[in-house]
Order: sequence, then structure tokens, then C-alpha cells
Amino acid sequence: MPEIRVTPLGAGQDVGRSCILVSIAGKNVMLDCGMHMGFNDDRRFPDFSYITRNGRLTDFLDCVIISHFHLDHCGALPYFSEMVGYDGPIYMTHPTQAICPILLEDYRKIAVDKKGEANFFTSQMIKDCMKKVVAVHLHQTVQVDDELEIKAYYAGHVLGAAMFQIKVGSESVVYTGDYNMTPDRHLGAAWIDKCRPNLLITESTYATTIRDSKRCRERDFLKKVHEAVERGGKVLIPVFALGRAQELCILLETFWERMNLKAPIYFSTGLTEKANHYYKLFITWTNQKIRKTFVQRNMFEFKHIKAFDRAFADNPGPMVVFATPGMLHAGQSLQIFRKWAGNEKNMVIMPGYCVQGTVGHKILSGQRKLEMEGRQVLEVKMQVEYMSFSAHADAKGIMQLVGQAEPESVLLVHGEAKKMEFLKQKIEQEFRVNCYMPANGETVTLPTSPSIPVGISLGLLKREMAQGLLPDVKKPRLLHGTLIMKDSNFRLVSSEQALKELGLAEHQLRFTCRVHLHDPRKEQETAVRVYSHLKSVLKDHCVQHLPDGSVTVESILIQAAAHSEDPGTKVLLVSWTYQDEELGSYLTSLLKKGLPQASS
Amino acid sequence: MLDCGLDMTSTLNFLPLPLVQSPRLSNLPGWSLKDGNAFLDKELKECSGHVFVDSVPEFCLPETELIDLSTVDVILISNYHCMMALPYITEHTGFTGTVYATEPTVQIGRLLMEELVNFIERVPKAQSASLWKNKDIQRLLPSPLKDAVEVSTWRRCYTMQEVNSALSKIQLVGYSQKIELFGAVQVTPLSSGYALGSSNWIIQSHYEKVSYVSGSSLLTTHPQPMDQASLKNSDVLILTGLTQIPTANPDGMVGEFCSNLALTVRNGGNVLVPCYPSGVIYDLLECLYQYIDSAGLSNIPFYFISPVANSSLEFSQIFAEWLCHNKQTKVYLPEPPFPHAELIQTNKLKHYPSLHGDFSSDFRQPCVVFTGHPSLRFGDVVHFMELWGKSSLNTVIFTEPDFSYLEALAPYQPLAMKCIYCPIDTRLNFIQVSKLLKEVQPLHVVCPEQYTQPPPAQSHRMDLMIDCQPPAMSYRRAEVLALPFKRRYEKIEIMPELADALVPMEIKPGISLATVSAVLHTKDNKHVLQPPPRPTQPTGGKKRKRASDDIPDCKVLKPLLSGSIPVEQFVQTLEKHGFSDIKVEDTAKGHIVLLQEAETLIQIEEDSTHIICDNDEVLRVRLRDLVLKFLQKF
Repeated sequence: MPEIRVTPLGAGQDVGRSCILVSIAGKNVMLDCGMHMGFNDDRRFPDFSYITRNGRLTDFLDCVIISHFHLDHCGALPYFSEMVGYDGPIYMTHPTQAICPILLEDYRKIAVDKKGEANFFTSQMIKDCMKKVVAVHLHQTVQVDDELEIKAYYAGHVLGAAMFQIKVGSESVVYTGDYNMTPDRHLGAAWIDKCRPNLLITESTYATTIRDSKRCRERDFLKKVHEAVERGGKVLIPVFALGRAQELCILLETFWERMNLKAPIYFSTGLTEKANHYYKLFITWTNQKIRKTFVQRNMFEFKHIKAFDRAFADNPGPMVVFATPGMLHAGQSLQIFRKWAGNEKNMVIMPGYCVQGTVGHKILSGQRKLEMEGRQVLEVKMQVEYMSFSAHADAKGIMQLVGQAEPESVLLVHGEAKKMEFLKQKIEQEFRVNCYMPANGETVTLPTSPSIPVGISLGLLKREMAQGLLPDVKKPRLLHGTLIMKDSNFRLVSSEQALKELGLAEHQLRFTCRVHLHDPRKEQETAVRVYSHLKSVLKDHCVQHLPDGSVTVESILIQAAAHSEDPGTKVLLVSWTYQDEELGSYLTSLLKKGLPQASS
Repeated sequence: MLDCGLDMTSTLNFLPLPLVQSPRLSNLPGWSLKDGNAFLDKELKECSGHVFVDSVPEFCLPETELIDLSTVDVILISNYHCMMALPYITEHTGFTGTVYATEPTVQIGRLLMEELVNFIERVPKAQSASLWKNKDIQRLLPSPLKDAVEVSTWRRCYTMQEVNSALSKIQLVGYSQKIELFGAVQVTPLSSGYALGSSNWIIQSHYEKVSYVSGSSLLTTHPQPMDQASLKNSDVLILTGLTQIPTANPDGMVGEFCSNLALTVRNGGNVLVPCYPSGVIYDLLECLYQYIDSAGLSNIPFYFISPVANSSLEFSQIFAEWLCHNKQTKVYLPEPPFPHAELIQTNKLKHYPSLHGDFSSDFRQPCVVFTGHPSLRFGDVVHFMELWGKSSLNTVIFTEPDFSYLEALAPYQPLAMKCIYCPIDTRLNFIQVSKLLKEVQPLHVVCPEQYTQPPPAQSHRMDLMIDCQPPAMSYRRAEVLALPFKRRYEKIEIMPELADALVPMEIKPGISLATVSAVLHTKDNKHVLQPPPRPTQPTGGKKRKRASDDIPDCKVLKPLLSGSIPVEQFVQTLEKHGFSDIKVEDTAKGHIVLLQEAETLIQIEEDSTHIICDNDEVLRVRLRDLVLKFLQKF
């Protein structure tokens, strides 16, 4: 029995280090290759030894697909390909291919240069890894090999994020990566056609949340920032360099312009300008409005937002700073946070989800005394705000996507177990499909029953179609043919053609039955009576009286003859071939009952 | 419908549309017949021995009489030059289908249309000549007006509203995207290497494949290289859009372009380059970017004047995914893929929507001006021709191959300006075509008639035609061509439940057969075979049975039989089943088996068996089943 097997190596009932193994029709595909931001030890990368104990990964995996450039989806890639060893193709979209190596390098620098980790991947490894990447266009059907094909769909979320359809023959799996079903200020909404996959693997970060309207959240955000700045406080917004940052920058930029505010807005790290450049060059991946107006006004050229310098953090007076990374787990955002945390006038706004173990997660869950490195305790007096700006689909969005794709079953990843449980029930109830939520290392097996494609001869098909386009529910018509199987070539042809092709002669099997009738009249008259009787009974059939005196019903021949001994009896010879067996048999039994008394 | 191009050479028969009233043009003498009859002198003007129509220029549309365009389901566009007639087709013919094109094709196509509309609409011309189009009058006119085809169908330019409406009917597609059309065929655009987003198309069913190769290039310029591999295994390859100048080498032409440009400017003259706002101009600007410093031209201003100049330059930078590998890598840095960004930044290249406004104050001579339209009949180029035509210091350099430069220049004669013809056409030449065909190996090639013989002007050049085996099938305007393949198979899916129930038997080594009786379901041109329904149990006696319910459906046929019956074994079998008194007689062709007791006779021959018996159904069925044991069913 063919089956699809799915095993999450990461992101199973968890958010972080997304990595999912899929086996479909004998092909093995790895979806994403992320790192976990909550860990600094072995657990930060997926356990690749699960894939194969002794063999080479390249022999086992047909391809690797990266959904987008966030590190929890691609952070382990150089480790996987260069340190564990994988030489097969890695697929991602053009913007992901452009931005991914930059974030990897950033990540490497923090890990090696700042934290002094040894045995981490090197810059050269990132470069070598990226050489194995094959860029894909949206909606392009990429033939990985003769049987395996993949296709990318727009996912919103961040620049270049894609959902992927993996297809072998008539079996398919769709993996959403992270996606967003509502367009935001710079990206469009995810979209997929009704591709009816056997399985939809979807993220479920916001499995239980239904977010209020985007406008309210935006107004809220602006109000909070404005208030803090008005009272002279400093506002820290930890973000990832690409993605939410651009959306919030556009938001603040227009607000500052409208309100004529003077407090400076800074963006940390040199990435900003570069990042905005990527948005400019990949503008076809942004939303409709930005694309339409980019010639007149490029939304990614900001007037009010300037580059941040470390020294600015100690400047007096209000300011707004966007700093990376987004979960306050390392780097500049954490440095600034430590500086500003003690002052209750200041504010930190977390605009996205924070993984367990990060400082961001701790302060969001209400912790106000943080143990920092070196046993220092940091007291958090500043205002802590959370605003869900991360571009994940909420429960409504996830249901919407399931409805769009119409999968046969659904599998949840990239979410918390409790919330998944709730969504799982909801999906099973509403769509009446099975929904799975395996933990890491747990395998889900789905039996599939793919239909078998064969070639049908056009002659046979047309003959069949000519008999009426609409199938009659009461009397389903049967198509007869012969399936010729030669090697892997399967053809369905008419029986006549099959005989001819194989050089075989038809063997005709014919029956002739003698039916005795009591009828003193002449043979010719008997024939006429038989004719009119059959004509009245068999209304749907072609009954003919031929000039030679015989009667035909379709291709069945009936002749009347005198009985050699009894002149009061006539013998009807009913003759048919095996192909007309049922009608022939019916006719003999009908005639045996005799003819109705003729009124002649 | 494959492509939807507009024949703009028709405009060459018209007088140029000047931006400002040109005394020279307005004072041209009217044309009169040989007998002095001057009734056409309002419509036709004479200039240096050529006659031109003094009217709003008109375009020659694709053939629309031959087919009912409302029956066209789909239009496939191969590149932005091949969609210029789209508004005529989609807006006024009853067309209700879908148009497929790539995103750059649509965006740049929109720019080309916008420019065209703008050029024509900004100089409203009161006069619209129609008298000359009368068939009887056209006969009397001098060439080329006399020989112009289908003048009655020539149309004036569309409006922006029509353009927008036409473009809204386009569905965007990406390279290698498989698009299902009505479940019957699949179409796929492939990179053709000629222009941003330019595509060849594959049209295929499960068993047949037609490739449409139009406007392709094997040269490395800015677009993504041509995808040749996917064209393999075509039953038919339709080949069109080859280079218009098969004898000119594009690289050589670019060199000549640069050196002529430098020469003119050094001598204090101006250079005019009539061009489209997108396409080759990107490559020319890139060449100049590398060339100007070494040629000492750094101080010469380059002007690009077009209502869509800015958009074209901006758009070129955002289609990273559609560019050649080198340019893609630049985007990853991230840097703009085309160096004209730098030319603009350093103020070496300036662009303006038109002559009016900023340009007139910035204008410095000597300079180089890129502007349209390459036909020289409308657009800012008309003004520069009038302005610079009188001085031999200046040069006009023709790079676009669509128009004969001599004809383009005709209404400006006599001209003192130097004219250089450097047509740059990167599309396939005949050497490349034969290489391509060898590589791709289509069963049949179909192409326009012109490609199957040397050009009329160079009839000895047997190398300037398509040479392939079997010879290419050619077509001409309004001709119907039957493609040489016969469809024999179609795909059908067998449901797994049905497949499980099939009983294959090996007939010959490696060949197995299974008879199939199944219910055919067809939806959206997709066929599926499902297992036959189980015979329904007779439903109690409540319903009265109608006599007709018993009548078998004659359309349900039994399978065919094959094989032969060995008489001896057959008789043994009969005996085993309790028949006695069996007699066998030999006949000319076989045997007769007599069951005397039952008055039954079985004729057995090589290819047939005939059972003749009394009306005893039980007996007949028994005999039938015994016979069937020896035969194979199909």
C-alpha cells in the first residue's frame, strides 16, 4: 500500500528549528532546516542523525526546500550541508536566496565572535552551502527529477516567503512554511489554488488566536509609541532586520510625517539600508499598492528613520529605536534593553512572537527580575508591551487556507501543543478530514491510494463518449476494453484493437436455438407475427423485418421454418453471437412463451 | 491564438506628426494624378518623389475576418512586442477568453502601448484621410501606396482606456508554470532569451507536444538565457520571429554604433538614436557605460526622452528573477542589475517625459538623444529630425530592425544629416536555427513561408533559409494548415479499487492483458474509470415490475473471444461433465461434435464455434461455459 510518511525533526508541537521529513512515493524531501533560538546547545539544531545512521544524507534525501529566510527555518542549513554533509539540491525563492546568507553570517558572527563558540560553521561554509541552492520562481513547476516536482506559492509573511507543493504522480503534499492570510503594509496575502493535496502541513503559531483588525492594532501601537515619546521616554522595538521592521518603519514614517513629530527614529545595524535595498529590488514580491506606486515613490526610502550608533543610546531625550534581534536573545537589542530597562519612563514593545528561553519570552510572561550572564540580576522597570505584528496566519487564516487548498488531511507544526489540540479539533469538525500533530521524532503515516494513469485509445474513448455525455445514475453504462501492459507502458484499447495488435484472430462463438411455436400459418406470416410482437415489446431496440423474410433484433437473426413433421408447428431459428448473449438468451425465453393471439 | 502583434510598418505611408507645426511639412505640395486631377491633394502630399498620406497614422491589424474571435479561448503572448494589437482584439471583437503573459511582458508591454498612445494623442490632428483607401482610387496611386494590403482594415491608435481594459484580461504566469486549459491541454511558457520576460510556449496534451518558438535569442544579453532543453520531443515546432537582418552580427553592430557615435560627438555633432523605450536600449546604455570613459565622452550628456522613460528604467531594475545570471548575482549584493542606475546617479544619463519642461532648460549640445518612435512618424524623434536634419555634423543611428531606415527617412528628404544603419537584432539567425533544430529534434517544423526560401534581395544566399529534415511546412497569411499528427491516445485514470480487481494474464513474454469493464466518468475533460456498481438486489415485491425492466441493454457487450478449441480435449471435457453418445465428424474446415441425445450439434472450426440446439437454456449455458473454458476473453 503506498503511503506518505511525515516526521518532524523540529517544530513538532514546538516553535523553532523547523525541519520536517516527508516521504512520498519513494521520494524523501526535507522541509526547512532551522535553528532554535531558545537553546544554545545541541538542541538548537535538528537531529540529522535521525535521517540516516550510516549512509550519506545526499543518498537518502532527494531535495531540501527552504520556505523563507527566518533563521528558525534556515539557520541550520550550513551546518547540515557542510558539516553533516549534503550535496543535493536546496530549493528556495530568489529573495530568500539573496537574504538568507546575510542572516546566516549575522548569526554566525554573534555565535562565534560575541559568544566565542567553537566548532560553528564558517563564512566559507555559508558560501559553499549557498552554491547548492537552486532558485525557484513563484508557480514555476520545478522538476527535481523525472517524477518529483515542486511548486512555490506566495506566502506573505516576509519578503520571498513561499509555500511549497511537493508532488509525485497524483500524490502531493503542501507545506506552508510561515504564512499570512491578510495583506499588510508591505506584503500581500498568501494564496494557493484548489490543488487538493493528500496532506497539508501548516504552521499553527496562532492556532487559538483570532486577531482583531489590523487597523486597531496599528492605532494602538502608534498611540503607545506617541505617549512614551511625549513623556520623554525611550522606546525600544526589538525586530528582525527584515520583515516586520519594514512594516513598522512604514507605519512610523507616515505617522511622524502626519503628526510632524521631531523625536528621532533610529534603526540599528548596518543592515537597514541594505535590507531596504532588497525590498526595492524585489518589489515584485511586495503588495499591490507598493508595486503600483514604486516608480513615483519608493516606500522603502525613509526620511525620518536614520542609522543608529551605539553611542546614541545614552543621549538624553526621547527616541525610538528599532534594534535586532527580535526576541531579545542576543546582540544590540539586548544591549539597549539592559541600558533602558531600569527607567519606568521607557518602553519596550515586542512586535512578534518570542520563543521560550529568550529574554523576550521571559518579560512577556511577566518576569521582572532577570538573571543575566555573570549572575547579575536586571530589574525591569520599563513598560513592557506586546503587539502581535508577526505575520502569521491566525486561526481564521489557517482555516481559510485549509478551505482554499482542500486537502485530504492536515498536519500541524510550528505551534504549541495545547493550542494545536484545539485547532486540530476545529479542523476535524469543520472539514471532516484527519488532522495530525506529531511531536519531534514522531512519524505520521498516511496510506494513499493513487489512481493509475493509463493511455486510452481515442477511438474507444470517443465511441464511449458518443453514447451520451451524462452518465445515467440508474443504468450506469459500462466501458469495455482491454488493458495492454507492456513494461511500464499501460494502454487501454478496444478489444478488437487489442486482438489486432497482438496478431490474434477472433474466435466467434455463435448459438442457434430452435424455438418451436404452435402456428398453423405460413412461415412468412409467422415471421410477420414474430416481428410485430418483438417490435411492441422491444421498444428501445432496433427490430427489423428483412426482405428475405427473416427478422433481426439488433444483430440477432430470427428465421421461421416449417417443421419437418408437424405442419401445425413452426420452428424459429434464433441465432446470435456470444457478444449478444444476454439479448439472445432473453429472446429465446420470450419467444418460448409464444406469440400473443394475433388480431391480424 | 499565438501572439497578437501589430504591423506598424503601415505608418510609414503617413506623414510624420510634428510636435510643433513644421513649416516644411505643412508646405509640401499636394499630389495629383498624371492627368492633373488634384482631387486627392488634401489627403496626399508629395516629398522628394514619395507620396504620403496626410492624416493620423494608422496600423495594420492581425487578420480578423477569417475567424470568429469570440471562439478564441486563449491568447498566448511571447514577448512585449507581440502584444501591441491586443486592445483591438480584446475590446471590439467579442473575445471573452483569457490572455496569458509573463509579468515583465505585461509591464513593459503596457509602457510601449502607453508611449504609443501618448505620442499620437498629444498632437491631435484634425484630418483623417479616407478617400485614398477606396479600392478604385488606390489602384491609381504610386507605389508603395498602391500595393499596401488590406488598407480598409487599417485602424487608428487605441485609447489608454482600451489599453487598460485589454491588460486587465491578462493572467500573469511564470516560466515553467504549467497552466491547465480546460483539462484538455497544458501550456507552459519557457524563457526565450530575447527580452525581459519573453517566452516560448509549449502546448501539450499527455501524448502530443507542440512548441511555439517565437522571438528567441541565444546571445547573452540581459534576459534569462533561452530554455532549449524543454523544447525536446516536440511533435511539431512552430518557428517564427527570427532575426530580420540575418546578415548583420549584433556584436559588430554595437561596435559600429559606439564608434559612429563617438566620431560624431567628437566633431561637435549630435547623435539621434530612434528607439523603443525598452529592450535593446538597456544593452546600448550598458555598452556606453563601459565605453564612454575610454572614448573620452564623459562630458557628453545622454538624454532619454519618452513619456515612459523613467518607468522603463525603474522597471528594468526590479525584474531580477527574469535576468541573466550575472545580473541576478548583482541583485543579491544588493545592487541594481543594470548600470544605467549609475549613469543616472552620476548625471551622465538624464531622462525626460518629453521635450517640453525641464528638458529645454537642461539641453546642451553636442549630445546623444535616445527617443521614439523608431518609425520616425510620431514621438519626439520627429522634432529632432527636423531640428538636426539640416546639418551634416549630426548623425542619426538606426538600431531597431523593425522599419526600413530608407523608408523611415523618406519624408525628411532632402537630408544633410549622416545616416548610419546599425540594426541590432538579437533573435535567432539561420545558423542558430539549424543548430537549435539539431539539438531539439522536432518531428515537424512549421514556419512562415518567407523562411523557407532565401530573401528576395539575396536569392543566391541558400544559407539564409531554414534547412531541416523533413522539410519545414510553411504557411502564409490567411492560410489553414493541418498539423501532421494524429491523436491516438488520451490519458485516463483507473481508480485503485478497479485496478485491484483486474486480472492480468501474460499473453506473450513481457505483455500482459486484462479485460476492463468499468464506468467512465468524465469531468472537465478528465477521464476516470470506476469499478462497475454491484448488481442491485431486487427490491421486494412492493413495486410492480415492468416488463421492460427485464430487457437487457444491448449496449452492454460481452468481451471478444480468441483462441481455438482442441476437439479431443473438448470431447473429453464433455464426457467428464456427463454427456454421452458423442459423435465427432470431420469437415473440410474442422469438426462437428454431435450430441445425439440432445439433438445438439457443435461446429468447431479454427476461428469459430457454432452451437445449434433446441430451446433448452440450461443445456445451452452448460455447453457455452465449457466452450469458454478453452477460449481467452478480451
